[in-house]
Amino acid sequence: MNPFLAIDLPALLIAIAASVACALPGSLLVLRGQALLGDALSHMVLPGIVVAFLATGRIASGPMLLGALAAGLVGAGLIALVRRAAKLEASAAMGLVFTVLFALGVVLLETEAARKVDLDLNHALYGHLEAALWLEPRAWSDLAAPSIWLTAPRPLLMLVPVALALAVLLVLAYKELRLASFDPDYATLQGFRPRLIDFALTAATTLAAVAAFEAVGSILVIALLTCPAAIARLCTDRLGAHIGFSVLFATIIAVIGYNSAAQLETSGSGTIAAVGGLAVALAVIVRRLRLRVKPPVASPGNGPNTAVRPLRPGSA
Amino acid sequence: MLDALLLSAGYNAAVAMIGATLLGVAAGPVGVFMLLRRRALLADAASHATLPGIVLAFLVNLWLTGEGRSLPVLLAGAGAAAALGVLAVQALQANSRLSGPTAIAVVLSGAFGLGVVGLSYVQTLPVAGQAGLDQFLVGQTAGMRLADAYLIAGVAAVLVVVIALLFKELRLIAFDPEFAAAAGWPVQRLDLLANGLLLATVVVGLTSVGLVLIVAMLIIPAVTARLWTQKLGRMALLAAAFGGVSAYLGAAASAGIHHLPTGATIVLAAAALFAVSLPIAPLSRPRRAPTALEPPV
Repeated sequence: MNPFLAIDLPALLIAIAASVACALPGSLLVLRGQALLGDALSHMVLPGIVVAFLATGRIASGPMLLGALAAGLVGAGLIALVRRAAKLEASAAMGLVFTVLFALGVVLLETEAARKVDLDLNHALYGHLEAALWLEPRAWSDLAAPSIWLTAPRPLLMLVPVALALAVLLVLAYKELRLASFDPDYATLQGFRPRLIDFALTAATTLAAVAAFEAVGSILVIALLTCPAAIARLCTDRLGAHIGFSVLFATIIAVIGYNSAAQLETSGSGTIAAVGGLAVALAVIVRRLRLRVKPPVASPGNGPNTAVRPLRPGSA
Repeated sequence: MLDALLLSAGYNAAVAMIGATLLGVAAGPVGVFMLLRRRALLADAASHATLPGIVLAFLVNLWLTGEGRSLPVLLAGAGAAAALGVLAVQALQANSRLSGPTAIAVVLSGAFGLGVVGLSYVQTLPVAGQAGLDQFLVGQTAGMRLADAYLIAGVAAVLVVVIALLFKELRLIAFDPEFAAAAGWPVQRLDLLANGLLLATVVVGLTSVGLVLIVAMLIIPAVTARLWTQKLGRMALLAAAFGGVSAYLGAAASAGIHHLPTGATIVLAAAALFAVSLPIAPLSRPRRAPTALEPPV
């Protein structure tokens, strides 16, 4: 048995697939200043996953995806409802709803039925990246056969189609997304429905979050949704490049994070999240130093202290 | 369960429950001021940032004294790390064009990741006591040592007293910091104090509610109180009451029912109060809805 093929390769592939799947919707969330929606969704899927678990009695991708998707959308609806009924600002309504749903998930986890299956709080918070084993390929040459990929660990079989589907969606809706993200009023005038895009983005984020959830846990999902996109945000103003950079940085963070975890023998998902956070800090410092060396052309909103500068519509 | 409700499920459990209740009482008004200053999810970043502080304090204490687990030391580490987390969010925002939510999400997940790395390292050490470290994730008051229970209850009581004494000042900087500055109030120091109260609440709440859910105890009772009144004084009192009641009920339920995690139960109790208030409270009806918090005239 080749230990790299059996242990490291599946975990590494899962980490990369999870990072890319999360970076796609995450890049849009960060751009739209909705990073905390990702935070909320990654917590809110927990009760959905546990209920799907309790209903089917086993870990199965289909019911879990459905349950989590339902929980994510119900949660998003609840946020809107609470926000209106209690006249709250968005972040407070989010904080209220996601903590309550997460608490519900934690309590459900402790019921008798859930304790029998292999899912506990630690698993929900930081996943089980190391548990991915792939014993079928005995040598590198085995990977050339397409059929062997069908025996890959279940998280990978769930993450790869999700990542591909999200990428296709992103390409198809690219023009609408650009317009709705930067100029919702004009988009409405043009007959697009920003609400529909909000809904689609929520659904896409939930899908990525739940596909990644089992392998890497809810906190790493937040890191994967936010950190690569935050670095990309510092690099470019063009939407296409922003998404491309997000995916690139997501892959780099996953590889460096997983390798460090393997060297240090620490938690895989925790190390990837830590590497993500440190990478953002590094990017901010590097950008700061570059600005000091070469001050940018003075134009409104181009200073280092500008909060959020909307991208130039049409520049992508 | 009934035993626990009547505080007769053992002396340690009773002290721990009183501590949790006092924490709930403090978290209510602190949450009201936090919402007024629109810092709801900054507290979430601070609370997740406590994890690496807890782990580091454990390791340093282990190295210095040979025994890692000492609640005062761990909480001191947690407090320092939470303050660093808040500073990190502010630094990210000031030095880049990342928006507030992005900065919060980056710090929250990155710091928590560091904490998880530390936890997985500590678990490989051949020492005792590390198993209890992850109790800070969702809180567990059961089995708390008496000295620790006294510490938590004592700090929570001090918090309640400080909030009561400084209520006027806190109200001033929450509503009109510019006026306060013009009138000669030490606004910066008061702002620091308000942040300090927030961090202290987060740190004290680690033992009963846990770092993942403590932000709920700041948000939910405050929001519930706002459904009932627009006057800040009453709002703070109501929030304290809602926070105290839900912490008490949640802690009692988890002490009485095996396996019920304390923090999650407390949050669900607070959510129940909110859900009951929403349809019946006077200010949640759309036709009489307030626009936002109004300063009392």
